[in-house]
Amino acid sequence: MDLTVLLVKGLIILIIFAITLGIAAYSTYGERKVAAFLQDRIGPNRAGPWGLLQPLADGGKMFFKEDFIPSQASKWLFILGPCLAMLTALMSSAVIPFGDTIKFGNYAIPIQAIEINIGVLYIFGVVSLGVYGIMVGGWASNNKFSLLGAIRAASQNISYEIALGLSLIAILMMSGSLSLTAIINEQATFFEWNIFTQPLGFVIFLTCAFAECNRTPFDLPECETELVGGYHTEYSSMKLGFYLFAEYINMFVSSAFISALYFGGFHYPFMNEIGQALEKSLGAITGHNVATAIGVAAYFGKILFFIFFFMWVRWTVPRFRYDQLMNLGWKTFIPLAILNVVITGAGLLYNFKYATWLIAIVMIVLAVSSMSRAPKREIVPQRG
Amino acid sequence: MQLTNRSKQVSNKEMTLAEKMYLPAVISGLAITIRHFFRKKPTIQYPEVKKYLGPIYRGHHILKRDEQGRERCTACGLCAVACPAEAISMVAAERKKGEEGLYREEKYAAVYEINMLRCIFCGLCEEACPKQAVYLRHDKMVPVFQERDEVIYGKDRLVEKMDDRYIRANNSEVKTTPTEPSLTRAAT
Repeated sequence: MDLTVLLVKGLIILIIFAITLGIAAYSTYGERKVAAFLQDRIGPNRAGPWGLLQPLADGGKMFFKEDFIPSQASKWLFILGPCLAMLTALMSSAVIPFGDTIKFGNYAIPIQAIEINIGVLYIFGVVSLGVYGIMVGGWASNNKFSLLGAIRAASQNISYEIALGLSLIAILMMSGSLSLTAIINEQATFFEWNIFTQPLGFVIFLTCAFAECNRTPFDLPECETELVGGYHTEYSSMKLGFYLFAEYINMFVSSAFISALYFGGFHYPFMNEIGQALEKSLGAITGHNVATAIGVAAYFGKILFFIFFFMWVRWTVPRFRYDQLMNLGWKTFIPLAILNVVITGAGLLYNFKYATWLIAIVMIVLAVSSMSRAPKREIVPQRG
Repeated sequence: MQLTNRSKQVSNKEMTLAEKMYLPAVISGLAITIRHFFRKKPTIQYPEVKKYLGPIYRGHHILKRDEQGRERCTACGLCAVACPAEAISMVAAERKKGEEGLYREEKYAAVYEINMLRCIFCGLCEEACPKQAVYLRHDKMVPVFQERDEVIYGKDRLVEKMDDRYIRANNSEVKTTPTEPSLTRAAT
């Protein structure tokens, strides 16, 4: 590898790292702001203009809080827990291609930290390691509530990872590659975005992503009413901050992953036409780079929308009960995901990409018929 | 026995398939919350914008002067007796020759102190006062204090200034003047 390419790669890794951290930091601000807006409040607006310095203030507060380690806790594991959570969260953004290539003299450098042909597998590996952070933290706290939270997190992550993987298999079958770049390039035309070819798979994947990120409605590891505080009951100061921060990084990465898998990543409608027009007017290299920049912007738009969606759902849907959560994972999502794989395979045999709409249509018909057959709800007089 | 008409019969019926799918309910919920996202916020930005609290609000204490600028208080001590929190204390003194322009009666309060940490703003001092000397302002709150020696309010902070006189407005015309000084002036 050339030195220039190496340097540019290093630079890209640093930039992606910084962007990940920055977006995660501002997600904490965004979360509070979105929560406030959905509840008819204003939210943080005192630190800086519109409260934009709030993440810095929060971070400063976190650093100056007392760093407490329970005397009966296993000290090194207690420290290791948040480190693991943070490490695994940060690692997973490495294989996500944030854009097409940058042309630079003779080189064409992809905007991606590492180009490997098993990107999806890598993300899965790292994400499933993420539960260790929670598990170790909950175990090391030497607190029954923390341990219960950690166990809940572990079993939830294991159960939902199966459905997550199965719903993804259908996409892998369609693109025939584990490389994220290949999956994204597969969705070059608008109506071949996987959201249109795999609607059911998308719903399953999205729900499982919520469960994997431990976000509401699947945030059972940390419900205060049942578990005091969950797996991070004993954590304080920046260790707690790391756990919360890791959650936001995970949210960013899974938003990026969802947009890459189902929404065409850095593709946007009329991309080729715009790219060609730019290359004609600005010259081959500059035009290509500008087109890439537009693609990156489109990708970040999708990512930000999904981060917003995560928050939107959080402040809408109440938490599931644990047995409901397990039922949903094992009895609904896994069979549906397998069915999805089978139907997709059958569709691919006959070269028909939209086969999974069959399941969606059948489900809608069943739902409508069951609704019409259900006994009419009694009209309860409202408060007079 | 029925306490409210809001009670609902709990039903344990099986959910229909559409309900079991959760998605219709989730989507309708999302639609409801996103409508709130674009709604006008009812928040009042407190320190910048203040609401008119009404003519009977009990706030900052004030020791009134009469029209000629003489202090009305005669240090009878009825307010201190009426005070359930024992926040008021005073030292009485006799008016000397030449001080007729300062004090209305022969006896006056040389020291008049209210401990704002103790005061519960009940307004009983106001009712007990036979000389209509002590009032709780309806348009001004006691400011926030950080130091303990700031909390005992002496005459320097209680006696009203002649250029900014306080008159309680009982008419309903004074309504939404947001800031404190302008409200006082509007009422005068």
